[in-house]
Amino acid sequence: MKKNKFIDAHLRCKSHRKEILKLSQNVQALHIGGSFSSVEIVDSIYNILMKKNDKFVLSKGHAGMIQYILLYYKKLISKNSLYSYCQKNGYLGVHPDYGKVGINASTGSLGHGLGMVSGMALAKKNSIYYVVLSDGELHEGSVWESALTIGALNLKNIVAIVDNNDLQSSTRATDTHPNLYPIDKKFSEFGWETAKCNGHSSQEIYEKITKRKKNKPFMLIAKTVKGYPVSFMKDIPMWHYRSPNKEEYEQAMSEIDKL
Amino acid sequence: MRNTFAEQLYQNAIRDKDIYVVVADISIAGSMVNFQKKHPNRFINVGVAEMSMIGMCAGLALEGKKPFAYTIANFTLYRPFEMVRNDLCYQNLPVTIVGMGAGTTYANLGGTHITQEDISIARSIPNMSIIAPADPDELKSAVDYCCNKSKSPVYLRIGKSGEKNFTLLSREKWKFGKIRKIINGNDICILTYGNIIRKAFKVAEKLKGKSASCSIYSCSTLKPFDYKRLIEIFKEYKTIVIIEDHSIIGGLNSIVKISAFDNKFKGKIISFALKDKFLNNYGGQDDLLDSHGLSDKRIFNKIYSDING
Repeated sequence: MKKNKFIDAHLRCKSHRKEILKLSQNVQALHIGGSFSSVEIVDSIYNILMKKNDKFVLSKGHAGMIQYILLYYKKLISKNSLYSYCQKNGYLGVHPDYGKVGINASTGSLGHGLGMVSGMALAKKNSIYYVVLSDGELHEGSVWESALTIGALNLKNIVAIVDNNDLQSSTRATDTHPNLYPIDKKFSEFGWETAKCNGHSSQEIYEKITKRKKNKPFMLIAKTVKGYPVSFMKDIPMWHYRSPNKEEYEQAMSEIDKL
Repeated sequence: MRNTFAEQLYQNAIRDKDIYVVVADISIAGSMVNFQKKHPNRFINVGVAEMSMIGMCAGLALEGKKPFAYTIANFTLYRPFEMVRNDLCYQNLPVTIVGMGAGTTYANLGGTHITQEDISIARSIPNMSIIAPADPDELKSAVDYCCNKSKSPVYLRIGKSGEKNFTLLSREKWKFGKIRKIINGNDICILTYGNIIRKAFKVAEKLKGKSASCSIYSCSTLKPFDYKRLIEIFKEYKTIVIIEDHSIIGGLNSIVKISAFDNKFKGKIISFALKDKFLNNYGGQDDLLDSHGLSDKRIFNKIYSDING
């Protein structure tokens, strides 16, 4: 992949974040922090990783907005559908719902995506299944049940990515569960190939995933910053679930423009 | 019943390559061994990991397969409840959850292994169907339905081993969603489901000796319920007896009594169900049923005194 592809990715991600900000002005609250931290990850999956028969499940369903923006970018849903987000009789709600165009599984309650992907990957071994989890989601026991099962069955057509922003809705993973780290070693012990990368570098995400050995299920720990790259949102718990006011909106837009 | 289930599933799986079985650390008796040997790629044991079992079944169904989740009843429904609700029912996927050894079957294992409220819980989830066959013969038809016709989640509630057939005499074929008359009588209507049908036959025999003839109906589909037939039953009988191996809350007792009120039924309804109380005593299944007022003797005495009272 040529370097200018990653310049394109950078420009796309700027545009996705601006779309999220625009949407934010129509609703009282939205998961902006956790959506911003997943932008490069989800964009890479849709634009430079997924092939025709591959599928994506957003296990951290609260970041549904970034998936919707990619579905709009890929022309799978209309602008009207996108802007019906959380509106009365709207097409899209906060969490992805199975049956809506481009949504392969209903998520929202954490700890469900990996289990469902294990069955999907078992059913179709020639497709690659991409699944994005949050690090807070790793507190759920169901994730470890499925991690163990996927390792045992060696479902090597699963590529999982943890959006490791270290923040949940109110607390820091480092504080609530300091022993969650190192994440990669735990998955390695469960039979997965693992790697770590900067989750805001499309190039690193792409390279780590495409250079995997492909003989085991793969887990990428993508280090991210919640609210990235907006100065007053970065790593601040309040932005898990808050819509920027007009002034904050203008400032965030201008900061993203300058990137 | 578990052997009948395994055999019938095995037969269907020979024809249908989309049938998968996902089990959670259960000893695989009888024909389930054949399934595992013949179709190793379609038999998955996830170990003691029931959330993984249900999630995996959802994923298989999302990709067009027909999975069966199979383990002891309490582990199929209670432990992975949110996966059952969100992954299977919310997404309305054709997955059959097979709750083996349901009700008071696992009598000696204590209250942790008794499913006295499973139907009540499963009934309250939208999109969920519930089938509790009365005997191995009904179970065969139910498995065929789940393999070939079902397009949404089913909770298939079965016993364990040693159950006899009671429904072979019926003139009516088993059909999903239908109440089925097993034997015909004039005075009393007994409604039941699951392997406790044996008690219905016992009491009917004793009542016959007292010149009271009973019809016995198998209400094996608890959801969607055959209200149409129930209304006909309300018109036909003055005394309705319900016998179920399930809590008095949310099972057949609730279904019939609510409908009786709605349809202004003027007759008597006599219910025999488990109390709203945990069972933590031991012995055989009948010992547990006795302790909640479901002994053959009490069932007979209560009906007999009520119809003569």
